[in-house]
Amino acid sequence: MSHAVWIMLVGSLAATACALVGCFLVLRKQAMMGDAISHSVLPGIVLAFLITESRAPIPMLIGAGSFGLLTAFLTGALERYGRLQPDASIGVTFTWLFAVGVIMVSAFTGQVDLDAECVLYGEIAASPWDIWLVGDRSMGPRAVWILGAITIANLAFVTFGFKHLKLCSFDPALASAVGMNVSLWHYLLMGFVSLTTVGAFESVGAILVVAMLIVPANTAYLLTDRLWRMIVLSVVFGVASAIGGYWLAATIDGSIAGAMAVMSGAYFLIVMFISPKHGVIAGYIARRHPFAAADAVVE
Amino acid sequence: MSTAQKPAPIEVHDVTVAYRHRPVLWDIDVTLPEGNLIAICGPNGAGKSTLIKAIMGLVPLASGKVEIFGKPAKQGRTLVAYVPQRESVDWDFPTTALDVVLMGRYGHLPLFGRPRKRDKEIARQSLEKVGMLDYADRQISQLSGGQQQRVFLARALAQQTRVYLMDEPFAGVDASTEKAIVVLLRDLREQGCTVAVVHHDLQSVPEYFDTVMLLNLRLVAFGPVETTFTSENLNKTYGGRLSLLTEVGERLRKSEWSARR
Amino acid sequence: MECAALNPPAVLISVSASLAPWLEFFTFRDINLRLILAGCVLLGISAGVLGCFAFLRKRSLLGDALAHSALPGVCAAFMLTGTKDPVIILIGATVSCWVGAISIDLITKHTRVKEESALGMVLSVFFGAGILMLTHIQRSGNASQAGLDKFLFGQASSMLDRDVWTLAIVGTIMLCAVALAYKEFKLISFDAEFGTALGLPTRMLEIALSTLIVLAVAIGLQAVGVVLMAAMLVTPAAAARYWTDHLGNMLLLSGFFGAISGAIGTYISYLGPRMPTGPWMVVAVTIVFLMSLLVAPKRGIIARVLLLRRIRRKTAEENILRTLYVTGEKEQRMDAPSSVAELQQFRTMNPWILDRTLDRLMDRGLVNETREGFFALTSDGIARGARLTRLHRLWELYLTRKLELAPDHVHDDAEEIEHIITPELEALLVAALDDPAVDPHAKKIPPAMDRESAIS
Repeated sequence: MSHAVWIMLVGSLAATACALVGCFLVLRKQAMMGDAISHSVLPGIVLAFLITESRAPIPMLIGAGSFGLLTAFLTGALERYGRLQPDASIGVTFTWLFAVGVIMVSAFTGQVDLDAECVLYGEIAASPWDIWLVGDRSMGPRAVWILGAITIANLAFVTFGFKHLKLCSFDPALASAVGMNVSLWHYLLMGFVSLTTVGAFESVGAILVVAMLIVPANTAYLLTDRLWRMIVLSVVFGVASAIGGYWLAATIDGSIAGAMAVMSGAYFLIVMFISPKHGVIAGYIARRHPFAAADAVVE
Repeated sequence: MSTAQKPAPIEVHDVTVAYRHRPVLWDIDVTLPEGNLIAICGPNGAGKSTLIKAIMGLVPLASGKVEIFGKPAKQGRTLVAYVPQRESVDWDFPTTALDVVLMGRYGHLPLFGRPRKRDKEIARQSLEKVGMLDYADRQISQLSGGQQQRVFLARALAQQTRVYLMDEPFAGVDASTEKAIVVLLRDLREQGCTVAVVHHDLQSVPEYFDTVMLLNLRLVAFGPVETTFTSENLNKTYGGRLSLLTEVGERLRKSEWSARR
Repeated sequence: MECAALNPPAVLISVSASLAPWLEFFTFRDINLRLILAGCVLLGISAGVLGCFAFLRKRSLLGDALAHSALPGVCAAFMLTGTKDPVIILIGATVSCWVGAISIDLITKHTRVKEESALGMVLSVFFGAGILMLTHIQRSGNASQAGLDKFLFGQASSMLDRDVWTLAIVGTIMLCAVALAYKEFKLISFDAEFGTALGLPTRMLEIALSTLIVLAVAIGLQAVGVVLMAAMLVTPAAAARYWTDHLGNMLLLSGFFGAISGAIGTYISYLGPRMPTGPWMVVAVTIVFLMSLLVAPKRGIIARVLLLRRIRRKTAEENILRTLYVTGEKEQRMDAPSSVAELQQFRTMNPWILDRTLDRLMDRGLVNETREGFFALTSDGIARGARLTRLHRLWELYLTRKLELAPDHVHDDAEEIEHIITPELEALLVAALDDPAVDPHAKKIPPAMDRESAIS
């Protein structure tokens, strides 16, 4: 396969994995938690590097996953015991963790195969060459395997937990009354977000993960009122951003991850205007003729 | 007294307010008389708070207009004191009761001007009128619900206007605060002020108020309590979960979508 | 004109090498160091002050979004003018932040997308655009672009005096603006609708406040970097809130916290040239935050825990006193001794707590150990026990008479309430109940005590 195709595949897998959990983040108004986690997993990744002295995926996933959950716990603890408002709890926690991560990267630049900037926007262009070797056999790019596994895991999570996630997101009181463990599902979601973040880190970096989690989901949110349709549409827009982004970066000669983020924003902008139900143009027309249809309906 | 018609404190002309294609107030046409205590009653979602906000220019009107003492609403609103619902602010804000009341004087100060001694005096007097002078330097998060409500009222008094619009001032206050508020309202009426109050407790309407406005998306009835506060009117206002207009509103919202598909 | 970003330390180490670097810093002999320190401190102050308003309006993460949105502007400024002149960069950053702020506003107002989603979208898309432009510039091989990437994590040591002067002037103007519009900003942060109802130009004021926040972000980018600027806007404000309930003091304190974080960040960056300033400033301010969270009086965790402990102890002591008093009534002897076991019968308590409570009561002269394991009230103790019992029974009477609760349901309630009835409340109760003599269980209500004497 050509390198372009590998790169687009990696990007699409990242986008898909992110869209699956991102929809719930958006609906639960926890989009900024996604931003927070995608930054605060950095120390975990660096620790994994330092301890295993390799880029083995499992320790990285564990290291980063635990820091993602730690972020969720610390944020909750600040809110509850520190009596701190939610937005500030998130802000204080993740910036500090990310700062620690950057310091570690700077301090251990020799031992850690990470560049502080790379953390932000990844090196997706290098992914076709980053091959997973089993013995002597090449299994293809590492990123494809990691992201593929995470996509399948997310798909399983969303499919089996669909009812629970839906109810816990919209009506936690009812979910509790019905016997669901709302807290558990919150941390499960945060856990899967952490995994997704980490899996995508190497290829697309922290910032693109945030874009992929939130932007396609919001684009879909403006087009439909059904949850499962929203999930499908966000995957579609995510993949479209990945593919479009690759071509944009090739044309301009810049970061592919950055271009993918820009494309996702572009799609959102378009849909924001032209969405039939929730778009700006539709709203404008409705305000001009507020109850034009009223005459027909009243009698 | 001049022979010319004195403009009414508040005139609402055919006002309609919509929120995302759904009408919340429909064709409200009413004139509030001077020197009156007016209760605004209706079921949840009837648009009572929205009416007050519409008069103050805090929500956009889909149609119609509001006049305050004959002037357009945006100019005239400095003549009206607005008392919002208690939940509309975060009481954990770092400020004292006196400070909040002093905010009522900001309309009389130039932009970027400092409050003068006179303003602080007026603020203290307002606190005293609601019985909260002892709490002037208390942090507002340490006040009870009833005390917070009194602070809001004092803030309105500090504006020294003749028209008051209050959104559920009796909600969740203790009995003594409720009594204090009623006394205050009656004082205001003695002075010839106009006070319109969104009120949810139907029992007390005949006792506290002179005039009543019954609202449920549309104006059901408006007039003196004796003649207007009848069971027939109340039924029209509260009875039946979906009044005709709510039903129409619902169909409207759905048809807007189908019209667009 | 631009300094070689690869060797920033050369500028700082040039001064005398006779003192160890960590001491050398404090001599402030290095002009550059003085300037850089001034820059970081000023940035800390302005971010701290403006951050308070964002914090109080519950939009702490706005700073995060705005900081990330600055990047495309920084790159665009460079691409259009080919220079890294600080004023140009500042303008670029400000314009870009502004477009970001407007986008967030438009998205929130005109679609059903929620505000915090809008924050995240603008953050990531604008930043992505910025990265795209930055990498494009880097790959285009333009030599003068070296050092643009310092905007990511901040590199205070690469600031030149022109950068610092720009920062100083803009920062001072901003702080003057806050002083001027203090009461207006306070009002729109507390109750913006009321402001509109008063006739104030609320919209304009909100725009002005947002502009100041945008400026605070823009001038801080060089030192802290885009990614961590958010922390300087949130954390000092959050820390300051724990110490004071007065907005003015909160602003001052927050500015102060920002300033010392700036100083510490500069110091560490000076010591370790490879260390970017931004993360160390963030670590410093977070430590300040943690300390505030713990030790601040009244709102700090330690203060709250101590208060809780005090209340628990007082309650335990009063409960024991009452138990001894009631036992005394039964035995017709107010100073009748009870054993620990007997006390436990009436009032199950953790034995260890019971022991400690008895110790404290003895220290305060309210209880005597008449013989091993037996405790009795002293005359002071009897007076206290009488008062507590009086309050308990008054409350029980109130509940049965006014709330018409059954007599056997009022004891537990009175057990809790007896500890918090003040003398004023007591007077009100007595008046409401017509100075009663017996409680619902026909037990005598001890008479009011003359507070100076202890009557047995």
